[in-house]
Amino acid sequence: MPKDGGIGASTKRREDLRFLTGNGRYTDDLNLRGQLHAYFLRSQVAHGRIDKIDTADAAAMPGVVRIFTAKDFEAVGGIPCGWQVTDKHGQPMQEPKHPVLAEGKVRHVGDPIAVVVAESAEQARDASEAIVVDITELPAAVDMKAALAADAPKVHDDLTSNLCYDWGFVEENKAAVDEAFANAAHVTTLELVNQRLVANPMEPRVAVGDYDPWNDQSTLYTTSQNPHVIRLLMGAFVLGIPEHKLRVVAPDVGGGFGSKIFHYAEEAFCTFAARQLKKPVKWTSSRSEAFLSDAQGRDHVTKMQLALDADNNFTAIRTETYANMGAYLSTFAPSVPTWLHGTLMAGNYKTPLIYVNVKAVFTNTVPVDAYRGAGRPEATYQLERIVDKAARELGVDPIALRRQNFIQPDQFPYATPVAVEYDTGNYDATMDKMLEVADYAGFAARAEESKKRGKLRGFGIAHYIEACGIAPSNLVGQLGARAGLYESATVRVNATGSISVFTGSHSHGQGHETTFAQVVADMIGIDAGQVEINHGDTSNTPMGMGTYGSRSLAVGGSALVKATNKIINKAKKIAAHLLEAAEADIELKDGKFSVAGTDKAVDWAGVTLAAYVPHNYPLESMEPGLEETAFYDPSNFTYPAGAYGCELEVDPETGKVEILAFTAADDFGNVVNPMIVEGQVHGGLAQGIGQALMENCVYDADGQLVSGSFMDYAMPRADDVPNYKVDHSCNTPCTHNPLGVKGCGEAGAIGSPPAVINGVIDALQRGGYSHVTHIDMPASPSRVWAAMNGK
Amino acid sequence: MTKVTLTVNGRSLSGEAEGRTLLSSFLREELGLTGTHVGCDTSQCGACVVHVDGLAVKSCTVLAQDVDGASVTTIEGMANADGSLATIQQAFQDHHGLQCGFCTPGMVMSAAALLKDNPKPTEAEVRHHLEGNICRCTGYHNIVKAVMAASGQDVSGVGIAAE
Repeated sequence: MPKDGGIGASTKRREDLRFLTGNGRYTDDLNLRGQLHAYFLRSQVAHGRIDKIDTADAAAMPGVVRIFTAKDFEAVGGIPCGWQVTDKHGQPMQEPKHPVLAEGKVRHVGDPIAVVVAESAEQARDASEAIVVDITELPAAVDMKAALAADAPKVHDDLTSNLCYDWGFVEENKAAVDEAFANAAHVTTLELVNQRLVANPMEPRVAVGDYDPWNDQSTLYTTSQNPHVIRLLMGAFVLGIPEHKLRVVAPDVGGGFGSKIFHYAEEAFCTFAARQLKKPVKWTSSRSEAFLSDAQGRDHVTKMQLALDADNNFTAIRTETYANMGAYLSTFAPSVPTWLHGTLMAGNYKTPLIYVNVKAVFTNTVPVDAYRGAGRPEATYQLERIVDKAARELGVDPIALRRQNFIQPDQFPYATPVAVEYDTGNYDATMDKMLEVADYAGFAARAEESKKRGKLRGFGIAHYIEACGIAPSNLVGQLGARAGLYESATVRVNATGSISVFTGSHSHGQGHETTFAQVVADMIGIDAGQVEINHGDTSNTPMGMGTYGSRSLAVGGSALVKATNKIINKAKKIAAHLLEAAEADIELKDGKFSVAGTDKAVDWAGVTLAAYVPHNYPLESMEPGLEETAFYDPSNFTYPAGAYGCELEVDPETGKVEILAFTAADDFGNVVNPMIVEGQVHGGLAQGIGQALMENCVYDADGQLVSGSFMDYAMPRADDVPNYKVDHSCNTPCTHNPLGVKGCGEAGAIGSPPAVINGVIDALQRGGYSHVTHIDMPASPSRVWAAMNGK
Repeated sequence: MTKVTLTVNGRSLSGEAEGRTLLSSFLREELGLTGTHVGCDTSQCGACVVHVDGLAVKSCTVLAQDVDGASVTTIEGMANADGSLATIQQAFQDHHGLQCGFCTPGMVMSAAALLKDNPKPTEAEVRHHLEGNICRCTGYHNIVKAVMAASGQDVSGVGIAAE
């Protein structure tokens, strides 16, 4: 058993105490003295020319301080995009300007036109209703394929078309892939939609801008997953404020799931307006506004083909995907359908030849960017659906077909044909574990029992792999990233032995304050209560890249290990001096430094005190103090993988799907806090089940958002989801980071959608509905019923 | 503006409210009790649940002026007198029933109301009762487990792979 507070222990979360007593400090809980309130007047049409904005009446309304429009931002840059994709001809993507407030045209429902700043939020909102905006509505580009037609309305008049890029990967392999298809014994084809989703963290976005004339310093408090990234993008590219005059703070953040990675116009606005008005300016999003202004997720339309030889070995994969960018390029949008999607198309399989084509399209809809999994769920869904479909067409067991094509444990490290090298894995082991935990052997009997009750029972299987901790920086730079992807940590040991850690990583629910303290406490052998984790404030943490892509522990944790090792190395030198021994003979165990083979020892606090009160200290050869910073740039991605099983029933009368059991067997490498890891999987599963059965972000033909509130967008609730059985005992530790960890934040959302849909198809096929080979997500009762009844 | 007086967590507190001011805004903005959260504008998410005269209500559906004189309990008033966590709060920590913490105040208040009326709920009853509280982080598994545990039921086998 690991020691409580150490690596491997299910230590209870320390941050819970404040959250459970109402003492959390979220951005909207901040109210600064003299604060003004901003209200964004947003477009009600998807596409239109702004003919006139008349703010005179609104400006005279009670409490109004100032009204801003695009002309106030003429000297300010646009919202930048952080990733440039190069198309299959070697040309850069089309990259339109994304103004802070709409310039001349509105391009999606929710595009901000004007902002009222007033003394109260109510006054700002009231006054916004008195602004007169004359808009000539233009035809909207909504459907992606229609948006690529020659006569389609152009979202951006200065671009040649609505095509952002046409990407081929690996372009040089295309001819060989086509040849493999020509020679295939069997080809399975599947057309599918990975529907648009809304991330919907429970805390809506908030921004509070502040300006201090005392030191000419701007501060932005914001709901961000990565405050340093916001500081860099907003300071350098939008407002022209150098880093030393700009502080970005992300305090307690109420969930993100990707949607709080990106730099948003409202952040730039509040920072800008606070400088202009010399007063704090606060904006709090309503949920309705969040549906119109938070970057949305997924939205891929794909045709996929799998080629097999006469022995059912996979010989080639060919895909063509249309990926919706929305009206503007959000921060990391171009990378999602390309480098986060194409590189995962090998999955767990030995398929030797792969070609992925992606056409990214501008439409008059809210921008799309990374959402939990980001590209990897889209790849996994395609693969795991088509493998199931191929098995049915060939009349073979879908589990056996997967096993036959799995990369084998002795083949690692394994270089895929899509440019990544998996370090470790054992896919049969996770498959075996999942089938055991799910009691797959007993499924047939349970299906019989369901039949007696008039229900159709099915068992869906998926085996996913993902690439986490995106890296290394020099590689992602070649792929178009305009940022590095390292992480940082500062370990500041205080004189009495307590430790203040400052990390560039960021928690918005993941529990860093607990798990990062476990790592440091375990390495030194002290009580975790002596270690405090600080994050989320650019003024006291080293430059860091934040939390997304399941990177916190794999990248941020590795930086922390590096910095802590530097501390231990220096502390050993101090101990050697105090104990009058050779440094090589000093051992650290349970917070005590001892001379090997003797009873001479000094405890942790004795060493830390000597570092800061250096009366007996080798000052001639070593600086006093005990504080170290490390940056860690990973040498490779990490590759979590796992087997998911979904047992469900379909009611043939109504088409309603009920999930009866969901089993996940994940390989996350080593685990620091099993309780937290399991919680991360639970949450991901609910989001994946939500995508599979419930959630759908819908625009009508005019670009109006139909699903614009929780009354229209079906969020999974407590009685929509089952208990989950999760196992992480099959672990093959990562070989290239010091903790051997792989990341667990996105797995559930990646592996579960295909498991659910495979389960629905399995139930229908077993029930005699053999004509149903695919149902697009969400598999709502009406869609399932329609498919069953050939409607 | 009208003066509204409430007994909040046992203390008499007053503030000014417009006719349109919601109880959720009044608690947060006027009384400074920011533990009650607002996660939507259609009374769907339940992050704002408080107890008004002993009943769980979504405070975004109530006008502050309409509850003048009422007794209100918020998340800030749930801990024991000595500052230790109440049983339901402790169960949420013990069973990892929260991640980002934003839905948590509403979840705790809603769960406390359930256990008052139904001291030994079944899992199905817990899930049904919490339908009005949306959580995006936990997938509900550990919330349900926490509520069952707070009612004194054995949850040691729930969702454990080896059960």
